[in-house]
Amino acid sequence: MQRFAALLDSLSTAPARSAKLRLIGEHLATTPDPDRGLALAALTDGLALPAVKPALIRALVEARVDPVLFRLSHDYVGDLAETVSLLWPAGDPGHHPPTLAEAVAALRGATRASAPAVVSGLLDRLDPSGRFALVKLATGALRVGAGARLARVAFAERFGLEVAEVEEVWHGQEPPYQALFAWAEGRGPRPAPGEGASFRPFMLAHPLEAPEALDLAAHAFEWKWDGIRAQAVSAGGARRLFSRDGNDISAAFPDLVAALPDAPLALDGELLVRGSDGAPAGFHALQQRLNRKAPDARLLREAPVFLRAYDLLAEGGEDLRLLPWEARRARLERVMAALPPDRFDLSPLVAIADHGALAEARARPPHASIEGLMLKRRDSPYVAGRVTGLWWKWKKAPLTADCVLLYAQRGHGKRSSFYSDFTFGAWGPDGTLLPVGKAYFGFTDEELKWLDRWVRDHTVARFGPVREVEKALVLEVAFEGVAPSARHKSGIALRFPRIARIRTDKPAHEADTVAAIAALARP
Amino acid sequence: MRAPDWIEISPAGLRLRAADAWIDPARPVARALITHGHSDHARAGHGEAWATPETLAIMAARGQAPAVPHPLRHGERADFEGVAVSLHPAGHILGSAQIRLEGPDGTVIVVTGDYKREADPTCAPFEPVPCDILVTEATFALPVFRHPDPEGEIARLLAARAANPDRALLVGAYALGKAQRLVALLRAAGHEAPIYLHGAMERLMALYAAYGVPLGSLRPVSGAPREELSGAILLAPPSALADRWSRRLPDPLVAMASGWMRIRARARQRGAELPLIVSDHADWDALTATIAELSPREVWVTHGRDDALVHWCETRQIRARALHLVGRDDEAD
Ligand SMILES: [Zn+2]
Ligand SMILES: [Zn+2]
Repeated sequence: MQRFAALLDSLSTAPARSAKLRLIGEHLATTPDPDRGLALAALTDGLALPAVKPALIRALVEARVDPVLFRLSHDYVGDLAETVSLLWPAGDPGHHPPTLAEAVAALRGATRASAPAVVSGLLDRLDPSGRFALVKLATGALRVGAGARLARVAFAERFGLEVAEVEEVWHGQEPPYQALFAWAEGRGPRPAPGEGASFRPFMLAHPLEAPEALDLAAHAFEWKWDGIRAQAVSAGGARRLFSRDGNDISAAFPDLVAALPDAPLALDGELLVRGSDGAPAGFHALQQRLNRKAPDARLLREAPVFLRAYDLLAEGGEDLRLLPWEARRARLERVMAALPPDRFDLSPLVAIADHGALAEARARPPHASIEGLMLKRRDSPYVAGRVTGLWWKWKKAPLTADCVLLYAQRGHGKRSSFYSDFTFGAWGPDGTLLPVGKAYFGFTDEELKWLDRWVRDHTVARFGPVREVEKALVLEVAFEGVAPSARHKSGIALRFPRIARIRTDKPAHEADTVAAIAALARP
Repeated sequence: MRAPDWIEISPAGLRLRAADAWIDPARPVARALITHGHSDHARAGHGEAWATPETLAIMAARGQAPAVPHPLRHGERADFEGVAVSLHPAGHILGSAQIRLEGPDGTVIVVTGDYKREADPTCAPFEPVPCDILVTEATFALPVFRHPDPEGEIARLLAARAANPDRALLVGAYALGKAQRLVALLRAAGHEAPIYLHGAMERLMALYAAYGVPLGSLRPVSGAPREELSGAILLAPPSALADRWSRRLPDPLVAMASGWMRIRARARQRGAELPLIVSDHADWDALTATIAELSPREVWVTHGRDDALVHWCETRQIRARALHLVGRDDEAD
C-alpha cells in the first residue's frame, strides 16, 4: 500500500506523460505480486470494489476531528481524500501498514455494517499518503491524470511488448493479472485473448493532406459519422461493447449490447443516438448517454443508441482482419442483413468519380451528423493503430482541433453562476500543455451544466474567479483560423473558437499539438 | 474583549499610542518596531526602526534600511513612553524576534511575528515568553498542516539526487531564511559537495555566513560549466523555477521547499516534481501547543488562517480575535 501510495504521489507531480509512463512501468516491474497487479487494476479502473460513500468517510473523520476544523480544512484543501489523509490522527506506530492486497481484500469483504470499522482500521495503519490512496480506492475516486490506457501503455513499454498485443488479451484477464505478468517477463505463454468477447485494437486514419494526389480508383469512400468509434463483440455467449481506447463500456449501453446476436462476430462502427426522425441525432444527444455509467429506463427510451457499422473484424470464430477491405466489406454487408436494423445499420459507401466530386462531397455532406469523409484503400487489411497510406480522414470545414481544458472562469449575466469561459491548450514541443485560446460558447445549456459540474469536480487550484482543472478533458474546438499570438506561450491563438463538442471518449494525451494546429494556419 | 488603552489596533498594524511607534507596519512610518527581515514585515522607508542587529543588517542588504536604525539585542529593554519593549528569539529566520510589550498597567503583550518551534541551525531557538495577550501568526493554522521532520525531507532530496545523477536538482526556496536553512540541513546530513546559487541568493547567503552560520562551499550557477551542474543541488527563488533562466540547466528535476507543499494542488501549481515540506512557520500542532503552554488570557491572530485558530481557542475557553491585518504575504514560506 505504501509503495502504491508513493506511486500516486509521484504521478500527481510528474511533469509529463513520458515521466508518468516511466513511473508506472517501474512500479509494475519492481513491486511483488499480487500488489503490482492490483496497482495495474486500480490504474485501469478494473478493481471493481464496492464503493464506500464519501458521507461515510466524512462521518468517520468527524468522529475524530472537530467538525468545524474539518469543514474549514476541507474548504481549504478542496479534495476529500486529501483532507482526510492529512487530518486523520496518527495511528499507533506499532501497527505495520497493510499491503495493497490486504487493503483490497478488506475493502472487498466489507459489508454496509462493517465498512466503517474496516475503513477506519485501515486508515489507522497508514501514513498520510497511504491514507490518501486508501480513501481514493475506497470511494472509487482514483483519478491520477493517468487514464486506463496510459497504464496499459506503461505496462507494454516497460516489458517491451506491443500495446496492441496487450490490449488484445487484456479483457480476458482478471486482476492481479498474474498470467499477463508471467507472459511479459517471459515466464509464461501469451494468454489467450479470452474465451469471452475480447477487444481488438482499432484501426485509425490519418488526416488527408493532399487530396489531389490520391488515386481515387484504389479507394472506397464513406462518411465519417459524428458519434464515437465503438467495437461490438459477441463470442462464446458473452457480448461486449468497447470504446476506442479499449475500455469495456457495455454497462452504459445495455440496449445495444442486448441486441447483439449469439453468433460470434466483431463489428467496428460508430455509436450514435437515433433521433425521432430515425436519423442520427446530434453529438450532444449521445453525450447524455456517455455521461451515464448506468442509464435509467427513461434515458434508454429517449436516447436509444445504435451502431453504424464500418467494418467486420471477426465472424464465426474466424479472424478477418488480414483480408482486404473489399472482402471484409462484402462479408459485413451479408452479416448486417441478419441484425436488428434499429440497433445495427450499415455505413453507406459514397460514390465518387473524380476529384471534383470528392471536394463537393466533403464541402456539402448530406446530413448534419457527418463530420467528414473517410477514404479507405480497397486492399487495406485491418491493422491496429494509425498506419500511413491505408485510411484517410478528411474533415469538413470549419477547422477543428482537439484541445485540453486548462482553466475555467465564471461567466457573466445569467451565466454568472456557471463556469462558462474556458481556456484550453494543446501540447507543446516539451510535452506540456500550452494555452491556444478561450471559448465562451458553442455548447448547449445541458452541456454547460455538465461542463460546470466537471470543472467543480476536477479543480486543482483556484485563483479568484478562475479554476485550474485537471488536464483530462478534451474539447473539440471549432475555429476559423490561426493567428500568431505574443500573449500565449504557444505563440498562436485560435480565431473565433467555440466548443464544438466535449470529447469524453478521447484521452488528453491524444489532443492536438501546437505544431499541428499552427500548420492549419497555412491556406 | 478590550485592548489596553496604550495600544491601538488597526488593519495597518499595532501601534504604541504614546510613542507613536508601529509594529511591522505595512506603510512607511516615523517609528517602527520590526520582528524580522521578510519584506511583508520589514518595509522600506521607515524613519527610525528598532530591530535586532541581524534584522537591520538584512534590511540594509535588501535596500530597506530605515533612516535611523536602533539595534536592540535579544533580552535588551527599551522604553517607549512608559511601555517597556524587549525582543526575544522567534526561531523563524536569522535575527527574527518576538516583541514583548509591558504597558504602564502591567499588562504584557507578546507579538510573535512569524515563528517556529523546530530546531534551526541558522537562528536562535524560539523562547516562550509568558504574557497576558499573545499576538500570534496563523500562516499554517489548519490541522491539515503538520510539518514532517525536515531531516526526512532532506533525505528525500538526497535520494532523488542519488537516483538522478545526470540531472540538476533545482530547488525552489525563498532567498531569505529557507535557502540558508536548506544549505545548513544539507550540510548536517553530510552533503559536502558545492551547492550552486541563483544570483538572487548570493548576497543574503554571504550575510548569513558573515554572522557565523556554516554553509560550506557555495558557487554561482552562472558561469558554471553544464557538466558540473549534473547531479548538483541548485537553489533558486521560486519565481525563477519556470523562467528562461532554468532552461539551460541539464534536465532539471524541480523541487520546491515550502510548508505549502503539503497540499497537492499547491505542488502541482508550482510545477514541483519533488515537493519538499520544509517550513519556517509553526504548524498546527506548534501553534496550538504554544498557546496552551503560554496560557495567555487572550489571543489575537495577525495573519493566516485565523478562523480555525480562533475557533480552537474558543473550544479551549481562551478568548481570541482575528486582527485582519493588511499587507501580510502569508504565501511566502
Ligand atoms: Zn517571515
Ligand atoms: Zn509573515
